[in-house]
Amino acid sequence: MKRRSWPLLGVLIFGYAFLYVPILLLILYSFNESRLVTVWSGFSFKWYGELLHNRQLLDAAWLSVRIAAVNATVAVVLGTLAANALTRHGRFRGRTGFELLLTAPLVMPDVIIGLSLLLLFVAMQQTIGWPNGRGFTTIAIAHITFSMAYVTVVVRSRLARMDASLEEAAMDLGARPLTVYLRITLPLIAPALLSGWLLAFTLSLDDLVIASFVSGPGSTTLPMVVYSSVRMGVSPQINALATLIVAIVALAVIIAGWSMRQKPDRAQKRGA
Amino acid sequence: MTVPPPPSHRLSRLVNIGIPYLWLGLFFLLPFAIVLRITIAEPALAQPPYTALWEWVGDGMLQIQVNLQNFILIWEDDIYLAALLNSLWVAFICTVFCLLLGYPMAYAIATAPERRRMLLLMLIILPFWTSFLIRVYAWIGILKTNGLLNNFLLWTGLIDTPLHILHTQSAVYIGVVYSYLPFMILPLYANLTRLDPTLLEAAADLGCRPIRAFLRVTLPLSMAGIVAGSMLVFIPVVGEFVIPDLLGSPGSLMIGKLLWTEFFSNKDWPLAASLAILLLALLVVPFVLMQRLQTRIEEGPA
Repeated sequence: MKRRSWPLLGVLIFGYAFLYVPILLLILYSFNESRLVTVWSGFSFKWYGELLHNRQLLDAAWLSVRIAAVNATVAVVLGTLAANALTRHGRFRGRTGFELLLTAPLVMPDVIIGLSLLLLFVAMQQTIGWPNGRGFTTIAIAHITFSMAYVTVVVRSRLARMDASLEEAAMDLGARPLTVYLRITLPLIAPALLSGWLLAFTLSLDDLVIASFVSGPGSTTLPMVVYSSVRMGVSPQINALATLIVAIVALAVIIAGWSMRQKPDRAQKRGA
Repeated sequence: MTVPPPPSHRLSRLVNIGIPYLWLGLFFLLPFAIVLRITIAEPALAQPPYTALWEWVGDGMLQIQVNLQNFILIWEDDIYLAALLNSLWVAFICTVFCLLLGYPMAYAIATAPERRRMLLLMLIILPFWTSFLIRVYAWIGILKTNGLLNNFLLWTGLIDTPLHILHTQSAVYIGVVYSYLPFMILPLYANLTRLDPTLLEAAADLGCRPIRAFLRVTLPLSMAGIVAGSMLVFIPVVGEFVIPDLLGSPGSLMIGKLLWTEFFSNKDWPLAASLAILLLALLVVPFVLMQRLQTRIEEGPA
């Protein structure tokens, strides 16, 4: 198995090139002087300057970030509860339906989720008067509904792989279940909670279709602005925006990787 | 575990199972019932733009209106069925391409040296974290008639006239495979790393050649991963909107795009709801297939 086969390596290189060349080109052309995204005419930061003065885009970005933060926080709570249910409570009644409801949002086409939630919100407004109009709250609810399914996947796999002996030891020493959960389990699954939060945050920040259905006048999210601008044709400002997003993500990954590398050292020191 | 559960256990059950169940029931299951109900309404110039299902017409008379016109229209107007078939076809082709590219990649990552595996896997997941919309947008600049790909091919002399790729079905294929490739690779990778290497060693000891060992041992054992990955690509792609809208031809018939147009441009909510129900009915079979495999993978031997 140690011998690398050349065709396999070739496919691997092609695959990674396919995934990354478009992103690299996008970044490269964000520094292009010309408005044409395909002709290089000199290095410039001017699109970043224009981006920072684009009020509409900045407002939308701020709205999206707030929705994403609320969404991620609620989704982590709900997703963790669901993961607890699936890993701790065995074969409870209605488990199959529970799992079905948690898997369906992962693959359900966005247009279906968006349309069905909009119709729900409209019907609710008609019958109970809430939500009154659509905007922040309805978008957040819609995003939580599909994000929590992703969080469940992440947290569930961590819970399933967790070493149960620590919890058992705490129980044997007389700790109450809730104390064990808060003092032992949660710290142990903290990395999964963090990655679940970040995943939910990005999913929300990225969603165009569902938000378009359940948003109202005055609540335009970042993807909606990007979409309408992209429909007009390519615009270097979008390239600049893409570059900023990639930079933030890369930074977050480097920090996460660095902090994970630090942890084993610390654990060893503590053990010594 | 013969000890009766403590009272706190019952509370924890109630919280852990009850709250997520309630949320999903209210915001995921109930909406489908409402969609079903809207499909039999008529579009109306009102707010919301459809007729009520029942109406009190006085004297204690309840009038119920059921309009099956939408389903009749979908059946009789060829455009909807054509869009449905085309969506299935596009999803199928893209799933095959994702599998052809994703399987060898997942296999290469799973058999890579341990210390390099995490980095390779990270590089597969990383594009997830950048905006999907912007990654699709990147292909517009590449595939345009005077775009980067054509400029490059003209420069190398491989072609004399620019290829027309953007706003064709091929552009949709490229965009979908590009966006959904990680969804294929991740379950395949998870499946392939759990494969017992001693099985392959046994095959080799018994004189089985590597290619044959792959076909007879690895491939059948990774079937669960293949099906899981394929469904993760196939199901959402059938209803995809963004990619056919930005990369496909204006007249391209995808059911997700048609639903969007009926809803946002034509303001025909009942027809859009009918299309959603149709799409949903179509996806039930692949979904159940995926669900059953999922439980088998999770409950099976690790």
